[in-house]
Amino acid sequence: MTVISVPGSATDTVAPTTRRRRKRNVLLIVGLTLFGLLVLVAILAPVLATHDPIQQDLAHARLAPGSPGHLLGTDELGRDVFSRLLYGARVDLRVGVLAVVSPFIIGTVLGLISGWFGGWLDTLIMRIVDVVIAFPFFVLVIALVFALGAGTGSIYLAITMVGWVAYCRIVRGEVLVAKEQEYSLAARASGLPTWRILFRHLLPNVVLQAIVYSMSDIVLTILAIVTLGYLGLGVPPPTPDWGSMIQDGQQFLLTQWYLATIPGLAVVITGLALALIADGLVERFDRT
Amino acid sequence: MTPLLEVHDLHVEIPVPHGHLHAVRGVSLTVDAGESIGIVGESGSGKSITLRALLGLLPQPAQVTKGSIILDGVDVTGLPERRRTKMLTDAMSMVFQDSLTALNPVMRVGDQIAEVPRRRLSMSKSAAHGRAVELMDQVGIPEPERRFRAYPHQLSGGMRQRVCIAIALSAEPRLILADEPTTALDVTIQAQVLAVIDGLRRGRQLGVVLVSHDLAVISQTCSRIYVMYAGRVIESGSIRQLISLARHPYTFALLRAVPDPDLPVHRLLTIPGQPPDLTAVPAGCSFAPRCALAEPACREVDPALMAVPEEPDHGSACIRLETASQWLDWTPVDLPDLLEKT
Repeated sequence: MTVISVPGSATDTVAPTTRRRRKRNVLLIVGLTLFGLLVLVAILAPVLATHDPIQQDLAHARLAPGSPGHLLGTDELGRDVFSRLLYGARVDLRVGVLAVVSPFIIGTVLGLISGWFGGWLDTLIMRIVDVVIAFPFFVLVIALVFALGAGTGSIYLAITMVGWVAYCRIVRGEVLVAKEQEYSLAARASGLPTWRILFRHLLPNVVLQAIVYSMSDIVLTILAIVTLGYLGLGVPPPTPDWGSMIQDGQQFLLTQWYLATIPGLAVVITGLALALIADGLVERFDRT
Repeated sequence: MTPLLEVHDLHVEIPVPHGHLHAVRGVSLTVDAGESIGIVGESGSGKSITLRALLGLLPQPAQVTKGSIILDGVDVTGLPERRRTKMLTDAMSMVFQDSLTALNPVMRVGDQIAEVPRRRLSMSKSAAHGRAVELMDQVGIPEPERRFRAYPHQLSGGMRQRVCIAIALSAEPRLILADEPTTALDVTIQAQVLAVIDGLRRGRQLGVVLVSHDLAVISQTCSRIYVMYAGRVIESGSIRQLISLARHPYTFALLRAVPDPDLPVHRLLTIPGQPPDLTAVPAGCSFAPRCALAEPACREVDPALMAVPEEPDHGSACIRLETASQWLDWTPVDLPDLLEKT
């Protein structure tokens, strides 16, 4: 009988499947490329734009796409739609991403604390979460923005105050599972300080779901801004943003359908890019 | 000489919707430096809970309700929680059953080993790295420098369990609590891992508490055994004493349940019945309902652990312990000769 033994090397070796999967992660690559392009467009808006996005030209109002000098036509005030779209990307992506960052951080930290310590702290945090969740998202955001006054600052604040609960719940649930895993026990058994266990050991293990959720949350936030814009509580005019563009274009839906459709498509593409990133991340990091 | 660790009459209760689950009911044990003791028992007998209670890592509602833990002659039970936890975690480390869940999946194994030297023993980054590599070498991980950068899922079960042992050693403990460290491994790797633990015990005068439900594992490595049943130690003694003549019918039945490959036995010998419900422990000996040798008196008193006459370190919680030499004649099947094989 021959015994094939390769001392040492037989026991480790990087699993070949991980490498293969990393190469094939089409979703993540496509999503990141798409989102990267959007970000690039937003950054390069001053360079790419053909016109000043707020410059009115009533003589050339509502030109069709493809008109000379106006790639995507002009709106009812004669502003160049292409330029407004580019500058709108700046506003919407910035507000969308920024308005997700603080709820993400606040919700994740509170979720970690709530799940790890349990007891009255958990009860307190989760009851606050319940209260916030009891109201429909938009109703609460609109009420808060209304109370705080329109403007990007109020939008950030209102979305943060409402949005953190989702992250808190997601992270808390993951922590409840992770803290009974033996690696958490092992970390406690080796006497590491609690903050270190929480942020070095638990956080990287529980944060994935929150990141995945944040991708769709950015889309939801952009939609919220669009909705707020529609209600006149969004980014104040004349700053171009996709929401107000859709709202302005809506009244011409039967004659100049593209005025509302073009910014709408921009929202769809952003959503698609982020959804692809989210799915790609799950595939990339989920080892189960 | 004061023992490294002494546990006296430890009780652990878990509140459940209707009353309390009495998971550990008065466990006492001692470990000396350089000594390896074993705790055996079936699932739910309170082995793991006992270990977790020692480190103050009980799952949330569970509580130590009675008893004392004495570390180097100092009773730590009355100390404030923070201080007690510090003393216990300084002195002891734990090795878990499933090395895949016991390691942080998103951290390089080397960083996990270096973490305690770096954070708690305040070593510099390079010193902690060197220490981790040295520990990996000591637990028999080939090419430690290269493995340092591996993630847990990239290593085999045996390598992972060695990493866990290295992590346990990184805190420079004097006592290692191993909760079924070899259950998830195949027998050859199991033997290697046990040899690593035993080598460290000798080399560093480490105390070892090995929990297992595998008598063969315990008998290979431990000098003393505590047999647990329904949250109590029902028999304790040296491996030789227990195997030559078990003084409690449960141990006796457990030893008979080990299949002997040399005997033409076609049926596995099992212990009929279920362990008692620990929320409502019946009066009398908790093993009596399943015991082939039980008599009416067994259902009335629950005997304490008593010294076996003429065997000073051997204790049994059976009122019939003196008749042990005849038990074999009273029950039909031969006891496999375990002693010869160990």
